[in-house]
Amino acid sequence: MNSPSSLAIETSGLVKAFGKTQAVDGVDLAVPPGGVYGFLGPNGAGKTTTIRMLATLLKPDGGSARVFGHDVVRDADAVRRRVSLTGQFASVDEGITGVENIVLVARLLGHSWADAKARATQLLEAFGLAEAGDRLVKGYSGGMRRRLDIAASIVVTPDLLFLDEPTAGLDPRSRKQVWEIVRALVAAETTVLLTTQYLEEADQLADRIAVIDHGKVIAEGTPGELKSSVGTGALNVRLDDPESRPAAERVLHQALGVPIHLESDPVALSARITDPERVSLALTELSRSGVVITNFALGQPSLDEVFLALTGRRAEEEVPAKEEAIA
Amino acid sequence: MMAPTSTKLADDVLAESLPRVLAVRERPGRPGPLSASLTHFWRAMLGFKHGPAQLIDMVLFPFIFLLVFTFLFGGAIGGSTGAYLQDFLPGILVQTVVMMSVYTGTALNTDIVKGIFDRFRTLSFWQPATIVGSLMADMVRYVIALTLTIAVGMLIGFRPSSVVGCVLAVLILMLFAFSISWVFAALGVIAKAPETVSSLSMIVMFPLVFASNVFVPTESMPGVMRAIAEVNPISIAATAARGLMHGTVTASQITWVVLISAGILAVFGPLTMYLYGNKNNS
Repeated sequence: MNSPSSLAIETSGLVKAFGKTQAVDGVDLAVPPGGVYGFLGPNGAGKTTTIRMLATLLKPDGGSARVFGHDVVRDADAVRRRVSLTGQFASVDEGITGVENIVLVARLLGHSWADAKARATQLLEAFGLAEAGDRLVKGYSGGMRRRLDIAASIVVTPDLLFLDEPTAGLDPRSRKQVWEIVRALVAAETTVLLTTQYLEEADQLADRIAVIDHGKVIAEGTPGELKSSVGTGALNVRLDDPESRPAAERVLHQALGVPIHLESDPVALSARITDPERVSLALTELSRSGVVITNFALGQPSLDEVFLALTGRRAEEEVPAKEEAIA
Repeated sequence: MMAPTSTKLADDVLAESLPRVLAVRERPGRPGPLSASLTHFWRAMLGFKHGPAQLIDMVLFPFIFLLVFTFLFGGAIGGSTGAYLQDFLPGILVQTVVMMSVYTGTALNTDIVKGIFDRFRTLSFWQPATIVGSLMADMVRYVIALTLTIAVGMLIGFRPSSVVGCVLAVLILMLFAFSISWVFAALGVIAKAPETVSSLSMIVMFPLVFASNVFVPTESMPGVMRAIAEVNPISIAATAARGLMHGTVTASQITWVVLISAGILAVFGPLTMYLYGNKNNS
């Protein structure tokens, strides 16, 4: 086990309420330094509120949180010297240029005017914003704005970077660019805490994931551990003839002993399986009963299925959320 | 609008130079309070540079008032437009800076609502610098607006007794506006949207400006109204400005403005800083 001070983030019983809404309801975390730690959950699950407490922007109502051993309330300034935050809404000044935004942050970190300008040039170049640097941020696209925001967060490369839904609302290309930045940060030994609603994103980037729902951590582990905790995987079957689906469902149910899910595609069925050895038997039974299959696949469950198994809902489903409106 | 090349390059550039940029981990020393305030002052002046329309908005309003009241009502109120202007111009200067001080609140609120406030709060500089810097920029705006309004006044017939008197009037009005700015700064911290700050401010400021001696002498008002108008800080500031510009000022006129400003500052300075420090934090 890690000793407390060697953890990047350690919280115990962290609580925050907004009026009657219990936004964060007893969160315990132990995030080791290095790599990407993912916060996965639907809108309003309490991800943003947790991050804002860890980044010293919000005082917890109860419990404690330490970042690199520094208490986020009592020792907020020490925490601020180790972390950076890129929030959901770009924290840049739209009325000034990209260069001026970086110079502003660099100056507030203590750089001289000359160093601040040099650093701004360097950062904008590395983020593909060199040409846009002298234009007002107002005219930037969503992806450019997000990159500028991340650039402002790493004027001094932080030991821990909070990225709150860094790819929300971005086109696939800009999303890939943000992923590249995250990977580069990890290579530079920055710990990244990333929140996301996109299961694919957590799967792609995170070394460990905490699944958050209704202000609580409902599961924690590596993506692989989370997947295996809900069964070994899923069997997906495609039929030649949609008419044969009822028969296929019956046969598969008998052979596998688990519920069979009828996909929206009329020739597709899937089942979450617990015993992979029964799969070959089930497929044999299918062909014996005269059902023609065109394709089958045995895969690890997706994080979407993990979320469904843990919460009974799909991750993309909206829950009545107060959090994002307040925070 | 967008140069297509800047995004086309992004992928390659990202992969190549990011590791180099990220290697910079040494953190400079924390900036001093003055340095941080000057940085915020610089930022506020940049906003001004990129959006000069602000200034036009700010001075257009007093210009229109100046022209309308002088040429439409001036004769009726003051006997002649020329005589009225001598009393009215120092008054309109008070209105100018007081209305401009609302901007401190809306600007602060915009920062909070738009999110750059979060960036500032996660940096470890002296936090009051955010507000101090923008108030410093306000001082520059006041000087520009006051100078322009006096210049227009002189074009249409305003004749102060001395340049020194004008400079002193500008200075005392800046002190007055500085203190009022803190009231709107406090409002800017607690309001939900910049529009709330401006509309609420207008609801308060319009009656306050009209129930003063800026537009008409208080002697013509009925008893209660006159009593209110005479203790209205705007009247007191206008009286001191008139006295300074026409060389008839008394020590008590100046003292009152200084006392009122100091009083507002003593209450709203700490209150604003407290609210700012605890914003979203309770």
